[in-house]
Amino acid sequence: MGALFVLPMLMIAILSFLKRGTYGQVVYEFTLNNYIRIFDPLYGQIFWDTLVVAVLTTVFSILCGYPLAYYISRLEKSTQQIWLLLVMIPFWINFLVRSYAWVIILRSQGVINTFLESLGIISEPLPLLYNSGSVLLGMVYTLMPFMVLPIYVSLEQMDRRKLEAAYDLGATPWKAFWHVTLPMTKTGVVTGSILVFVSSIGMFVVPDVMGGAKSALIGNVIQNQFLSARDWPFGSALSIVLMLLSMLLILLYFRATKASETKEGSA
Amino acid sequence: MKTLRRNALSGYSWLMLVFLYLPILILVLYSFNDSRINATWTGFTWKWYVSLFENRQVMQALMNSLTIGVISSVIATVLGTAASLAVKHFSLRWSNIFNGLMYLPIVIPEIMMGLAMLVLFSQVQMELGKVTLILAHVTFSMPYVMVIISGRLADMGKELEEASQDLGATPWETLRYVTLPLIMPGIIAGFLMSFTLSLDDFIISFFVAGPNSTTLPLYIYGLVKRGVSPEVNALSTLLIVSTVLLVVVAEIFRRKDSKNNQSIF
Repeated sequence: MGALFVLPMLMIAILSFLKRGTYGQVVYEFTLNNYIRIFDPLYGQIFWDTLVVAVLTTVFSILCGYPLAYYISRLEKSTQQIWLLLVMIPFWINFLVRSYAWVIILRSQGVINTFLESLGIISEPLPLLYNSGSVLLGMVYTLMPFMVLPIYVSLEQMDRRKLEAAYDLGATPWKAFWHVTLPMTKTGVVTGSILVFVSSIGMFVVPDVMGGAKSALIGNVIQNQFLSARDWPFGSALSIVLMLLSMLLILLYFRATKASETKEGSA
Repeated sequence: MKTLRRNALSGYSWLMLVFLYLPILILVLYSFNDSRINATWTGFTWKWYVSLFENRQVMQALMNSLTIGVISSVIATVLGTAASLAVKHFSLRWSNIFNGLMYLPIVIPEIMMGLAMLVLFSQVQMELGKVTLILAHVTFSMPYVMVIISGRLADMGKELEEASQDLGATPWETLRYVTLPLIMPGIIAGFLMSFTLSLDDFIISFFVAGPNSTTLPLYIYGLVKRGVSPEVNALSTLLIVSTVLLVVVAEIFRRKDSKNNQSIF
């Protein structure tokens, strides 16, 4: 079953070096053109936007998710289970549906605008939807549970005695958190970040539903190349670059967190 | 000071729950709104649900979703159970490699998996439709079945199987009367989970569905793209309710699983 997956990935790699025929078919002729085309500033910009959105989504997910995970890990065992289930349930609901829920709230005739208009606060609907802010909101909303769970797990496994030791040595709660809890839960933050980052980098549904035409991310372009433009080789080249890029960033992230860990260990 | 911090944290966490649930609740609420275009509440109505059930395309999509869900999760559960049992008997090195391959689909972006499947099916010249959907759904849900069942097998230990063999049971009898009953809650939880995943999947299905195999999420996508009709709210609400029910039932089985666990050892 794993092979059923590795094999087609190889096929995409091969496809990215082939040509597109006039009718959208694949011509078996070697070319580097697909990769050269990626250097067009247009695609450079889209790759950059995608990275920015992915990084911001990850940062906001940490900021929103960490306190929640911390709170859950301090509750009683049975209450913890209920909270975890409550956090997980929205995550199970189709994220197409969840993005659409935001459309109902944010669109010009949506809940917020109708409400504000009826109060007479605004006379014209605010442009809340179809911009990069709404895409970011949708991404954080759909992906945050990915962050909460790994952080919760690492908080749960943490040795609380070290925290008590820090208090005994006179640390303030904030210092104890910063120097003990946070470093010890780094694994959870790293795991969560990778899950969120990887998911947001290939995301095309949220930008499609909440971003409108202006904020196309690389996932949308790839989807278009495969289904509308029918340029499979170029779409493959884009996805190969996307995958290499995300693997590289994950590797760098791992390196960075590992390096700071060993530094702390030796100090 | 300490209680203040505690209260702030607890307040924040409740706020996060509101953030997670409010959009969903609003969606559900507005599926009962009489108004066609506006968010203004003009009265309670069932009519979007009625028109939904009279819509042949919706019923066809529902049938497709259910058929594909049942068939793919049966296959995923059988294969996943067999694979977990096999991995248990592998040497450590092989089971590590196998597990690595197995969990790959969980960590790779879904769009890549959808593309990979599309390319594969087109290369072997399979027509896109229910069969390709089923194959794709089996591929992405099997790892989840394996995670659940392998966990159960690891907790179980070897003692009971060894005892059964000491008492003269054949390997088949041990499997049939000892191992399978013990991991049954895990198998059921795995089945429910892959059924939920299948019913809910949009991205991968988006790439491997043919024109005559539209599933519910794909149909919803079409409605959302074409412009907003309150029928989408009703359909989304039904999908939300069934997902939540399935997740809660699967969770109950998983809990039962861990309780059994404690009572046995």
